[in-house]
Amino acid sequence: MVVTAGWYMTLAAALFAIGAVGLLLRRNALIMFMSIELMLNAANLTFVAAGRHLGVLEGQLSVLFVMVVAAAEVTVGLAIIVAVFRKRATASVDELAGLRG
Amino acid sequence: MSAEVLVFAVFALVAVAGALTMVAARNPVYSAMGLLSTMFAVAVFYVMNDAHFVAAVQVLIYAGAVMTLFLFVIMLIGVDASDDRSEQLPLQRPIGLVLGAGLLALVLLAARAVWVTGLGTDPGTSGGVGTIENVAVELFGAWLLPFEATALLLTIAAVGTVALARFGSAGLTVVAPRQDDTAGAEHGTDDAASLPGSD
Repeated sequence: MVVTAGWYMTLAAALFAIGAVGLLLRRNALIMFMSIELMLNAANLTFVAAGRHLGVLEGQLSVLFVMVVAAAEVTVGLAIIVAVFRKRATASVDELAGLRG
Repeated sequence: MSAEVLVFAVFALVAVAGALTMVAARNPVYSAMGLLSTMFAVAVFYVMNDAHFVAAVQVLIYAGAVMTLFLFVIMLIGVDASDDRSEQLPLQRPIGLVLGAGLLALVLLAARAVWVTGLGTDPGTSGGVGTIENVAVELFGAWLLPFEATALLLTIAAVGTVALARFGSAGLTVVAPRQDDTAGAEHGTDDAASLPGSD
């Protein structure tokens, strides 16, 4: 029995679904952000598994670019969360119902 | 059962358990730890897929930098800021669970015929091995322009973060003791930020 790319992609699909459920169910903005990171990691795993299956390197390069974009996204997103928290004293997205600063 | 299957099974369990912990934990620190274990498990999967450099970057960037940033923000906001579990909308939790399970089922159903399509060389050749040398030749050759674009993106993100930290606190009335001496000395952006009725 050998571990094929399909095994990794099944696992990645499970991780992605868990991340999507976390994004739907949790109200804490930080947890929702972590769920997005989990979904990005699941997508990265499919990239790497597909690249290895095809014998090409582009999958790993895609993962590198996704990581850079995710790092930039985390930086800005956490800054937004901190700024909102300083203004509203909450990190729950249920209580952030208005757009007015 | 070969060693590869054993390693896959163990770390798949670690990854799924970490992800479930991340979603279900009440304390945000536990969520961060669950995500951290998932990221380490994913790094192991990268190594199993010959992506050695990507695995190192995963540990350095994700498990190192990003999760440290998350923990800093959790520390800044406060652990006790965890949400109460009372839902505002009825049926939100069962609908979310059903949608997540449906997503997983549809992905698995769609991928049942074939997992990977596309042109490629023969698997098993050295073309797909992600050593630092191979990755660098590709990254600084065919992918140089996207790589430079990521530098621009990171610069924009850093500047945006600084701007959020600087101008986001200018209009505060709750925790801004220096509001008077900064709002007058700076340009009009501070006044514009403090104009709407800040609660």
